[in-house]
Amino acid sequence: MTATEARPEAEAPEREIGRERRRKEDQRLITGRTRWTDNIQLPGMLHLAMVRSPFAHARITSIDTTEAKQSPNVVDVVTGQDLAETQGVLINAWPITPDQKTPTHLPVAIDRVAFAGEIVAVVVARSAAEARDAAELVDVEYDELPAALDLKEAATDTVLAHPDLGSNKSAYWVFDSGEAGTGGNVDDAITQARDSGGIVLEREYRQQRLIPAFMEPRSTVVDPTGEQLTVWSATQIPHILRFALAATTGIPESKLRVIAPDVGGGFGGKLQTTPEEWITVALARRTGKPVKYTETRSESLIAAHHGRDQWQKLTLAADREGNVTGLKVQLLADLGAYVSLVGGGVPVLGAFMFNAIYKFPAYHFAVQTVLTNKTWTDAYRGAGRPEATFAIERLMDELAAEVGVDPLEIRERNWIKHEEFPFTTVAGLEYDSGNYEAATARAKEMFGYDELRAEQRRRRESGDPVQLGIGVSTFTEMCGLAPSRVLGQLDYGAGGWEHASVRMLATGKVEVVTGASAHGQGHETAFSQIVADRLGVPFEDVEVLHGDTQVAPKGLDTYGSRSLVVGGEALVKASDKVVEKAKTVAAHLLEASADDLDFSGGRFTVRGTDQGVAIQEIATAVFAAHNLPDGMEPSLDSDATFDPVNFNYPHGTHLCAMEVDTETGALRMRKYVCVDDIGNVINPLIVSGQVHGGLVQGIAQALWEEAVYDDSGTLVSGSFVDYLLPTSADTISFEVDHTTTPSLTNTLGTKGVGEAGTIASTPAVVNAVVDAVRHLGITDIRMPCTPERVWRAIQDAGSGTEPTTGAAAPHFDASTGMEGTVDRTAGAQDGAQQ
Amino acid sequence: MIPAQFDYLAPSTVEEALAALAQHGDEAKILAGGQSLLPVLRMRLNAPEMVIDLGKITSLRGVRDDGDAIVVGAMTQHSVVGSDPLVAEHAALVSKAVEHLADVQIRHRGTFGGALAHADPAGDLGAPALALGAQFVIQGPGGTRTVPAEEFFVDLFETAIGEDEILTEVRLPKHTGWGAHYEKFVRVAHQWPIVAVAAAVRVDGGSIAEARVGLTNMGNTPVRAHAVEQALVGQPATPDGVRDAAARAAEGTNPPSDLNGDADYRRHLATVLTRRAVLTAAGATG
Repeated sequence: MTATEARPEAEAPEREIGRERRRKEDQRLITGRTRWTDNIQLPGMLHLAMVRSPFAHARITSIDTTEAKQSPNVVDVVTGQDLAETQGVLINAWPITPDQKTPTHLPVAIDRVAFAGEIVAVVVARSAAEARDAAELVDVEYDELPAALDLKEAATDTVLAHPDLGSNKSAYWVFDSGEAGTGGNVDDAITQARDSGGIVLEREYRQQRLIPAFMEPRSTVVDPTGEQLTVWSATQIPHILRFALAATTGIPESKLRVIAPDVGGGFGGKLQTTPEEWITVALARRTGKPVKYTETRSESLIAAHHGRDQWQKLTLAADREGNVTGLKVQLLADLGAYVSLVGGGVPVLGAFMFNAIYKFPAYHFAVQTVLTNKTWTDAYRGAGRPEATFAIERLMDELAAEVGVDPLEIRERNWIKHEEFPFTTVAGLEYDSGNYEAATARAKEMFGYDELRAEQRRRRESGDPVQLGIGVSTFTEMCGLAPSRVLGQLDYGAGGWEHASVRMLATGKVEVVTGASAHGQGHETAFSQIVADRLGVPFEDVEVLHGDTQVAPKGLDTYGSRSLVVGGEALVKASDKVVEKAKTVAAHLLEASADDLDFSGGRFTVRGTDQGVAIQEIATAVFAAHNLPDGMEPSLDSDATFDPVNFNYPHGTHLCAMEVDTETGALRMRKYVCVDDIGNVINPLIVSGQVHGGLVQGIAQALWEEAVYDDSGTLVSGSFVDYLLPTSADTISFEVDHTTTPSLTNTLGTKGVGEAGTIASTPAVVNAVVDAVRHLGITDIRMPCTPERVWRAIQDAGSGTEPTTGAAAPHFDASTGMEGTVDRTAGAQDGAQQ
Repeated sequence: MIPAQFDYLAPSTVEEALAALAQHGDEAKILAGGQSLLPVLRMRLNAPEMVIDLGKITSLRGVRDDGDAIVVGAMTQHSVVGSDPLVAEHAALVSKAVEHLADVQIRHRGTFGGALAHADPAGDLGAPALALGAQFVIQGPGGTRTVPAEEFFVDLFETAIGEDEILTEVRLPKHTGWGAHYEKFVRVAHQWPIVAVAAAVRVDGGSIAEARVGLTNMGNTPVRAHAVEQALVGQPATPDGVRDAAARAAEGTNPPSDLNGDADYRRHLATVLTRRAVLTAAGATG
């Protein structure tokens, strides 16, 4: 190996960051010729089928497994009693208050079930089909108990979801700007507005229950035949899963290897540690054989965690010009039957976001989390922030209507001006960068805002049966979950750092290890681009490894739009360390001072000469280790762990035009423009995919999706016949653009984009629907805005009666709990009110 | 999900299929395109001991001209029916309904006879078949009989086909030169209609000379809107001409209430959609 002036074979690659590269992982993911967990076949593998409770709340009086055990090729049938303490327990990693009520969550229930779908027995058989057949033969007798189903009713403790806890109220968490010293007292602001002829808006909004509905159902394979117990699982969080398994089953962490192979989507739904995982581990240990469990779609819909499900009671005070003087938020959040991994914390993630992009002088947030006998809830794309964004963006439209100005005008009166960054908000967060004016100006221009407003006026004046509405959402969010210290202050059970390793191989190729665990995001491509640029090597020469605790031993996985802004920065730091080490070798080989070297395009050159050496040549030289500087360790490999000091704040302006057929209530999206500021972009194609998919998911909350339970606690929308997911046939082409103010919380200047579209789009759509019919006297339509709900709102408004549009309107009733919120769920279900 | 265990036969003639049906009685289920039966089996809502697959009986496939009717073999896939020029020319209402039936994959697997025999009142083919006065040819041990559409649909998922019989073909009386439209109301493209209206009209000199209107998902069976049909005769094919007749669309119906809408909403929808369907069929707008 000689250091010569010879040029390396390849030209220095052009800049990779910013290139619209197709994803390198897509071919195998799309064709399915890849390692989905359910594709794994191991010698002698056994299969599981779950026996689940059909009742929402019941005592288990007896379980007869005799017949099932005699079924062909059944190896074992076990109950919770049989597994006892060997099954471990499911943990809640985020107790939001010290006195939170947290029911014990066993993988297999022993004497009582708390939701329809809870597992009561498990069949182990030689094939999945035989396990399923035998599961039908398990005879379980139940004593049905009264079930706490309706969120508001449950909050009054009339029926207890867990009688032994004495209350359904799990935790009450408060942030008050007056107490925190970040702002004034909100009650003073409200009183002053009332006394001085200002505006006080009281509204109540419903965040319906949603189902993440990832594409790949959950699946787990456990192999107990090695020295380490190997767990494959379709999870977003292999590292957290390993920790939690070790913490609750008694298996030493060092004896556990967890692999998240290719994972087909999650949307937060696989940010979970599940009964099914614990059971598969327990049965593999019990039988000594590899065991697989793959859920059916029906099981996924009833038993994988759900999302959202809140009532939001809001009071906003403003002066007559619409300058907001205070915002008070009181939430009821439905936990479902158990406090799951981060379930109770989801509303807390929204606590800092109701003030959004605005300069509110006073703010108060309180959430009561409530246990019910329904499927447990947890993170779903956006987790806490979509709820907050919906509430405030709906309210700003209501304020605009009250003041009588354009919704964009009311926002501009209240938002943080671009020259005011960094800005510390009334919730105590420091927004590092942003430019709301620029994003809004661009969105208005693309949308043809004034023309559409003119068309809206024409349709109103002519009494057109098809009315047009324009919806606005100027969102921001906090993402890149990290920083560890802040998470600690919020009593979250883990930190938020991310880890990366960069290895230069002897042939000059590069292996990159990340602790972020992709499940469809395109990490392999985006991370390759970053490292290719940083090291000056070809994109194709970078291999990204992840999702296996043996390969990537340190990591905190993927959720909360954190992979790029935290994990990407760890990669940058590890790559820079490699370059630093290589520089020492280069100086030695080139017989120059390190201070005289330049590094560019993968090549170290001696300034002012044509002498140089490529980083690949250095990698080979270090492998040989024949000629290294004295005392140098023969390795370029480097690790880095990055823990940011702040969250990351993408923002954007979304404009939506909806047509409302007033004869039928049918809705048609006419136009959707979004201009997001997500800082610098690594791969525009991946960003487009995230934005488009995110938008559809948020629009789906506005228009289509809702998990509905009947009066006995059975999930009525338990299949895709009734749980309406949109397809490409139901959406239009979105017009997407970006403005850029680089983030200051990471050196790449990037901001998270995974959740942005979902967070922003829901209120834009509902605002557009309401705007289309506001002139008829309608101020709200509950989500999902079904044609029937829209039609009924129009009928009620037209009949001259008070428009009772379900969740809307100032109508707090002091006689009920939670300072009086009125339950309209029953009315909506029987169709009396939209 | 995995169905319960069942035996499977794939006969190559109708006679063999009938013999198998006679042998297994009510323990057998007929498999046509499988687009309704397989989900039912997989969700274990039904567990027949024997599944008799008609897929190999080639005589049950195809579309032919038989004088005053177009004859569609029971095992003809929707995609074939939808692109058939004879159907388009003489029974355009069926072509229009098939165009928006479920999704592309289902239209390639699902069969015309299978969907009609399943008799889901939310299915897209019942209302057009009823409106056009289709005749159902049913074969059994005693031979073949023909049942008119009015008698074919008996109740929810129940038809005039006996336990020992098989639907072999559907005769669609020619409505050559009639305008046709299927107005389907859905929240997402791939779902069953909340309400749909099948309308065929013969326009003569700007007025409606004859009309046939069928309603989807407005009762336990497809519903023929006789009152609308009668009221349309002689009316000009204009929004004002059609409005009053269409307002009678919900008369005598008994629609369901479910997550997509209550019965009263469906009754209202039926009137609006009928007006639109008739006007579009007549080549007018509104």
